[in-house]
Amino acid sequence: MSIHKYLRERFFPHIWCAGCGHGTVLNGLIRAIESLGLSRNEIVMVSGIGCSSRITGYLDFHTLHTLHGRALAFATGIKLSKPELNVIVPMGDGDALAIGGNHFIHAARRNIAMTALVMNNRIYGMTGGQFSPLSGCGMTATTAPYANIDPDFDVAALATAAGASFVARTTTFHVKEMIDLIRQAILHDGFSVVEILSQCPTYFGRKNKMGGAVEMLNWYKERTTPLGSKAKQNDPSLIERGIFMQVDKPEYCSQYEKILQKAQSANSQTKE
Amino acid sequence: MPGAVRFMQGNEACVEGALYAGLEFFAGYPITPSSEIAEQLSYRLPRQGGRFIQMEDEIASMCAIIGASLTGRKVLTATSGPGFSLMQEALGFAVMAEIPCVIVNVQRGGPSTGLPTHMSQGDVNQARWGTHGDHAIIALTASNHQDVFAITVEAFNMAETFRTPVVLLFDEVVGHMRERIILPQPGELALVERLRTSVPGGVDYHPYLPREDGRLPMSDFGGVHRYNVTGLYHDMWGFPSENPKVVHGLIRHLVDKIESNVDNIARYKAYYIDDARTVLVSYGASARSALHVVESARRKGQKFGLLELQTLWPFPHDIVGEAVGRAKRVIVVEMNMGHILHEVRKALTNPSNVFLVNRLDGVFITPTDIRQALRLIEGKGI
Repeated sequence: MSIHKYLRERFFPHIWCAGCGHGTVLNGLIRAIESLGLSRNEIVMVSGIGCSSRITGYLDFHTLHTLHGRALAFATGIKLSKPELNVIVPMGDGDALAIGGNHFIHAARRNIAMTALVMNNRIYGMTGGQFSPLSGCGMTATTAPYANIDPDFDVAALATAAGASFVARTTTFHVKEMIDLIRQAILHDGFSVVEILSQCPTYFGRKNKMGGAVEMLNWYKERTTPLGSKAKQNDPSLIERGIFMQVDKPEYCSQYEKILQKAQSANSQTKE
Repeated sequence: MPGAVRFMQGNEACVEGALYAGLEFFAGYPITPSSEIAEQLSYRLPRQGGRFIQMEDEIASMCAIIGASLTGRKVLTATSGPGFSLMQEALGFAVMAEIPCVIVNVQRGGPSTGLPTHMSQGDVNQARWGTHGDHAIIALTASNHQDVFAITVEAFNMAETFRTPVVLLFDEVVGHMRERIILPQPGELALVERLRTSVPGGVDYHPYLPREDGRLPMSDFGGVHRYNVTGLYHDMWGFPSENPKVVHGLIRHLVDKIESNVDNIARYKAYYIDDARTVLVSYGASARSALHVVESARRKGQKFGLLELQTLWPFPHDIVGEAVGRAKRVIVVEMNMGHILHEVRKALTNPSNVFLVNRLDGVFITPTDIRQALRLIEGKGI
């Protein structure tokens, strides 16, 4: 298996810090795409702004690196314009759910067929370690020196409530699971969300005394559990991984095809 | 064969012009006084296979049309003041990434929510400088429905020619007024189509390497060329770069491709200019009242003229200087506190001859308003 063909190697080395989880996401993503046998020409990857967003530049697809929080809005224009394209939208947690929160819930509500990857490192890395809406209460960040009092979102519950028809969570420790979930999300005909917990040892780890990348990956191993496991019953503070929502419901572009047919049959009946 | 004679709103004339130009994709968000454009296109576009989407806000609308443009479609959004404010960030992205698109702003009274159903021309400088950073922009306007149609077609043509966003700055009076229009026949107005690269698949394609004539052939997303598009400074592959030479080259290119074509982009109408001693300079709905004043003055033998501007940005200083430089008096008629006034003054060697006649209360400026102001300027009292 050659995953190198998916990389724009002339643009390496990448900008991510040593120990960052985003490279693992990049690896999992291209392995999922490889396993699906998709042509590079049919994939459009749209990102916003932040550490996560740089993933698009390194990948040999049609890539669009947009504005902070707006990736899903750009992606919606691409998808509705050319529904045959496979649209994948990697975002950071602040990108997707703070500045981009409105676009996130509306893309989910429309159930437009694209795959949103939320690379959740619980911090604004590129700007130097400020807290995000996923940091959680009690955590420390460069803008929460006394401890964060902003509660966090549950991305899976939010996406499900907003109407996403495929919702999953995994981590950069569980790479095989990540590949499988991204694969299923891409195959899903509707708006799919995969939240990937991705370590930021440089800021989140350092600010919260969680150690380096290895310790943070171990934390993912020990503090997460498969959905519906007995471990969760024994320890409700564990974070669940797996597929939270998977349902068939009308997809936006398919519904628009019906509007096109309706409008065009009206056209043939009534000549202006 | 002459085209169909119709009676419609200015907003509808804009829709007709956009469809004539080949519009295939619209994204928008409801806002007075532009909503009729979205309403009409939600009905018209799917009938001819085009696509319409109502987004969650104006930010998303502007982003969605940029995305659709990258797939090779001619795209439009329409809004008014507050919505235009929200679009500024993505408008700057379209400038930087050189994405052809057309943005209609049917101006209403501002700032803030202002006067949603009333007339203003207060967004002229926002169209020029609303997004951050040095850049160039094209902004066009028109005073009547026939011209709204034609200038809308021009907007699409310029967006493709210069790979840039083009702003159509209409106003509430033109947008909502109904009047007669003769719809041009297919082929009557020239159309500029997307310039696509002739580089075959497998050969290195440079999306941001201008040809000798300055144009940059595009490749549709989904096609054989996979490349990167970013709002960061970028090299000829579209990959982010902080190299000072690359940065300098790109900002010069973005500005020069428009500013050095100011004469090609300039659209205007000159009425009785040649021997005019008093020249009115106006645009949009205000130019209708200005023309009325000029024509009635001419009937009395007074040497009045009108320069009606249709291209506001890039401002055609040389053309304006040439057209009105010999006049004894230049009167700028606009419904704001003097956006174009300053440009006209810059264009003239004697700016003290340039006066502003305006109205700021949401009420459309009438010929009587202009005449009363002229009496004051001429020292004749009220």
